[in-house]
Amino acid sequence: MKVAITSTGSTSDSKLDQRFGRCSYFAIYDTETRETEFIPNPGKDATDGAGPAAVQIVASRNVKKIISGDFGAKIRSLLDNLGIEMTAIKDPEKSISDIVNMLGKQ
Amino acid sequence: MIKIAIASGKGGTGKTFVATNIFHVLTQKNVSSVLADCDAEAPNVLSFFESVRKETHEVIQFVPVIDVNKCTYCGKCHEYCTYNAIFILPPSKIISVIEDLCHGCGACTVACEYDAITEKPFPLGNVNICLYKGSHPIIEARMNTGIMSPVRVIKQALRHIGHEAEIAVLDSPPGTSCPFIQTVNQADYVILVTEPTPFGLSDLRQSAETLKTMNRPFGVIINKAGMGNNDVRDYLAREGISLLLEIPYSKKIAGLYSRGRLPVESDESFGIQLLNIIENITAGYGNSNNKR
Repeated sequence: MKVAITSTGSTSDSKLDQRFGRCSYFAIYDTETRETEFIPNPGKDATDGAGPAAVQIVASRNVKKIISGDFGAKIRSLLDNLGIEMTAIKDPEKSISDIVNMLGKQ
Repeated sequence: MIKIAIASGKGGTGKTFVATNIFHVLTQKNVSSVLADCDAEAPNVLSFFESVRKETHEVIQFVPVIDVNKCTYCGKCHEYCTYNAIFILPPSKIISVIEDLCHGCGACTVACEYDAITEKPFPLGNVNICLYKGSHPIIEARMNTGIMSPVRVIKQALRHIGHEAEIAVLDSPPGTSCPFIQTVNQADYVILVTEPTPFGLSDLRQSAETLKTMNRPFGVIINKAGMGNNDVRDYLAREGISLLLEIPYSKKIAGLYSRGRLPVESDESFGIQLLNIIENITAGYGNSNNKR
């Protein structure tokens, strides 16, 4: 399964970005291969609709679960319809590797 | 006609207080006037005047409806949409419109080569037109709950001001973003209402700088004078911005206003002060025929 984690930077030491649509990077973690790919978020500075644009990016990569600080009202129903699970972690100090470790223990 | 907008950066400084008192005193003197409540997110001007509603105009925009039977998931409509309002996942054959994000520009309809997009009306709010004392219109912009931007509703309301009245008073929304710009852009002169506090000064500065960029003439009324500090006055002197009036901080005024009464009803000298300001503005900036 692929999990998207919103990240403030492009390495595993980077912190979890608390914003979904306007995060800096998406860390796409594959629970089978245990590999993480970092992709920059092109919609970071979009005037409107950063959330839906971000959903489009992660959904097109077959992500089934997203971990971020919070999810805006406009995208919740969108993600529900796509069957993508949302997990909110309100801890800006957590790094991407911390979260990947948490996923491994599940 | 001269259009005078009453604005401020900060909320709660007394924009509506100044706008309603000015309108009241103008109508008392039988000056043909119109008052437009452009604070479409929270309009409250009508609660100060016993008026009769004459017309209600619904403000709508058009949003796309996608026929999935005709859609080929080519993605062109999504590409054309600057606002990310069309969500598309071609491999999963998913396409949907996020109506809240749609600006109603119609680009997607033009983009679609397969005739899969039609449009449906989407209500944004209302413009209510009421008459005070039988001849002075009060125009209220009121947006619907849950709508993202009041701009279209404000725009529609401003269209109803017309050109007949001598003086149009525009009660602007707070802040310095699009709703404010939309309102003051129509004005020949802007009265900024502030309070002598650090918050008041910070937001006054933003509004003043915005108006300078827009080349809009303006002056300042300090409301609740006596509280806070002297920094607003120092700022105005330093920047050469005219201080039109200081309204003292008074429990009596606050009490009257909270019961929906206006101080000009009982305080004649306050009314004269406001009339003088309007006369000076009209003499200096009137007849500019700002038709924007």
